[in-house]
Amino acid sequence: MEKFERLEAVAAPLAMLNVDTDQITPARFLWRPRRDGYARILFHDLRFNDDGSEKPEFVLNRPEYRQARILVAGRNFGCGSSREHAVWALHDYGFRAVIAPSFGDIFFNNSFKHGLLPVVLPEARVGTILDALQRSPGARMSVDLEAQRVVGPDGVTDTFAIDPFRKRLLLEGLDDVGFTLSCQDEIAAFERAYEREFPWI
Amino acid sequence: MSPNETSRPRTLFEKIWFRHAIRTREDGATLLSIDRHLIHDGSRAAFQFLAERGLPLRRPDRTFGTPDHYVPTASRDLSRAEPHRREMVEDLQKNARAAGVTLFDLGDARQGIVHVVGPEQGISQPGMVIVCGDSHTATHGALGALAFGIGASEVSHVMATQTLWQAKPKTMRISIEGRLGKGVTAKDVILAIIAKIGAAGGTGHVIEYAGSAIRSLGIEGRLTICNMSIEAGARAGMVAPDDTTIEYLAGRPYAPKGANWDKAVAYWRSLPSDEGAVFDREVVLDAAEIAPMVTWGTSPEDAAPITGRVPDPAAAPSAERREGMERALAYMGLTPGMPLSEVAVDRVFIGSCTNSRIADLRAAAKIVAGRRAVVPAMVVPGSGLVKAQAEAEGLDRIFRDAGFEWRDAGCSMCVGMNGDLVAAGERCASTSNRNFVGRQGKGARTHLLSPIMAAAAAVTGRFTDVRRLMGDA
Ligand code: SF4
Repeated sequence: MEKFERLEAVAAPLAMLNVDTDQITPARFLWRPRRDGYARILFHDLRFNDDGSEKPEFVLNRPEYRQARILVAGRNFGCGSSREHAVWALHDYGFRAVIAPSFGDIFFNNSFKHGLLPVVLPEARVGTILDALQRSPGARMSVDLEAQRVVGPDGVTDTFAIDPFRKRLLLEGLDDVGFTLSCQDEIAAFERAYEREFPWI
Repeated sequence: MSPNETSRPRTLFEKIWFRHAIRTREDGATLLSIDRHLIHDGSRAAFQFLAERGLPLRRPDRTFGTPDHYVPTASRDLSRAEPHRREMVEDLQKNARAAGVTLFDLGDARQGIVHVVGPEQGISQPGMVIVCGDSHTATHGALGALAFGIGASEVSHVMATQTLWQAKPKTMRISIEGRLGKGVTAKDVILAIIAKIGAAGGTGHVIEYAGSAIRSLGIEGRLTICNMSIEAGARAGMVAPDDTTIEYLAGRPYAPKGANWDKAVAYWRSLPSDEGAVFDREVVLDAAEIAPMVTWGTSPEDAAPITGRVPDPAAAPSAERREGMERALAYMGLTPGMPLSEVAVDRVFIGSCTNSRIADLRAAAKIVAGRRAVVPAMVVPGSGLVKAQAEAEGLDRIFRDAGFEWRDAGCSMCVGMNGDLVAAGERCASTSNRNFVGRQGKGARTHLLSPIMAAAAAVTGRFTDVRRLMGDA
C-alpha cells in the first residue's frame, strides 16, 4: 500500500456538489483490468468530447492544473457506486488528496487503500478555498497528515480530524489485511463462541 | 463495555453491532465479524488481490455469489455476449468454483440481482452483518440486518479474514407515521425522504426506518426503501424484524429449520430497538403528505411530486446549488416551471434491485392491463424465480400484450454494463435508484419513479399521475 505523509502541490477546484463515482469513472470502463491504468478514465465524459479531444473548459484540461495533485470539491464527493475504480483513477492521474466538506462513505474508505487522503473541512472553508483557487489558477496548497494540517492558497491553516487507525496505516503504508491476519486466533475464538450461540448462521 | 452500557436501552443497530464486535481498539476502530458476504460479477478485482497475496478465501460457507451486472438479459446465451462481458461472468464462475463458494449461476433459476437473491433465498436474515462489494447492499437491512456496501479492497479483506475494521457510525431514525395514500408506494416514500434530507443527509449514519407506514409495508416495500439509503448518503438502512419479517423468511431455502428456526425467531424478536433508545438524529415524515414522486435532475435528491413543476434555479438557496441545478436542467433538457406531467418520455425501464420483485411487477401489470405502451418499454425481473412466478401468474402476458419487452434477470438498464443502454438524449422513466449523469448510458436522461408510475408513463408516453389510471378501490 502506498504511503501518505505530506504533500505540497497545485490544487484544482471542482466546484460541483454530489460528484458521484459514475462521473469519476463511467460504468462502461469498469471491466478494464487494474494494471492497464485508469488515468485516462478519470472524469472521462467531463474531460473528453466524443471524438476523444479534450473539452477545454473542464478544469483539469486547463494548463494551470496539469500538475494538480490536490483536488478540492463540493459536498458529497464520491457518492454513489462502491466502485474502487474511482480511487484508482484519481490515483493514477496523480491525485494524492481530495478536500471536500463531505464524502460518500464507501469512496472515503476506499481512498485509504490506495494512498489517497480524503480531507474533510467545513463547508464554508471549502467555499473560500474554491474561490481563492478560481481567482489564482495554479495556486498551491499543502497537506500534512502527521500534523493533520492543511494550508490553503490564502496561507490560512486548517486542522482536520482523522481516525487514528487509518492515519497510522496511511503514514506507514500498511495494509490492514496483514494486521487483521495477526488477530487470527482471536477471530477463530470469536467464531467458535458465536456459532455455539447462533448455530443456524 | 460497562454494565451501564449493557443495561441502557439500545437501538437495533447497536444490538447487532456489539454482538459482532470481535475487538474494539482504543482508537475506536472495531473489528466486526461478517455473517454473510455476497459477491457478483464485479468482484474480480478482489479475487485478484487475494490471489496476489496468496491468501485463501476464509469462509466459503458464508459467501454466496451470483452474476448480475454483466449478464445478457435478451437471452441467457453468454456466448453471444461481448468478450469483455463474458469474461466478467466466466471469471466469477472460475473464482467461485475454486474458492468453494455457493454460486447461483447463469442458467440457474435462482440467479438474479444479488440484492434480490439474498432475501429471496433466505440467505439474508435478521441480526446478521451482511456485506457486499456493491453500494446497494443496504437493501438487506429491510430484514433487520446490518448490511452495507464495501469497496474492492474491503471485499478482499473480508474474503481473507471474514471480518472488517469499521468506525462506529451514528444512528438516525426516520419515522413515517400515518397511512400512505392511493398510488403512493415505498419508492415514493424513499424519494420523499431523500428530497427532504438531501443526498448527503445520511452521511456517516445508519438509518432505522420506523413508524406505522413502514410497519404496514411488506418486506418487498421495505427492501425498496432500504435499497436507496445510500442515495441519502447513509451507510446502511434497516427495519426492525416483526411478524411480517418472520412470515417472509419461513420456509425459504437458506432460512433456519426445525429447532434452529424456533431459536432464531426468539433471537429475532429480541432485536427491535428498545423503548427509550436514543438516536443521534430523528426525522419524522407524515405519510399522508407523500404523493407519487418523480425526479427531474441528476441527483436522487432532485425529486418532486408528480403534481409539481420543474423547479427554477433562480430560487435556489445558494450559488453553488443554483449552478448545480442549471447544469442538471441543461443535461436533462428541461425548462424551469414546466409541469412534470407535461414531460414526454422516450423509454421505460422496470427493473433493478430497487423495484424488480414480484410485488413490483404485479402492481405495474395492474396499471398496464388492457392498455398499450406507446414508447419502448421493458421489464427485467430481479431474479429467475421472480420471472418464473410472474409467468405462472400470467403477468408476462399482460406486459407482452401491451408491447413491453419481457427479459431475463439481471441489472440490465439500471447501469447498462451488459449493453442494455439508453441512447444519448433519450429520456427514460426508470424504476432504478440513480439518475446520475450518464448512469444509463452516455447522455441518457434518467427519471426515477415507482413501478406503477413507470407503467403509467409507458402507456401515456409522458409522466402521468398514476392515480388517474387507478380504479376507486
Ligand atoms: S440493479 Fe443497479 S443498483 Fe442494483 S446492483 Fe445492479 S447495477 Fe447496482
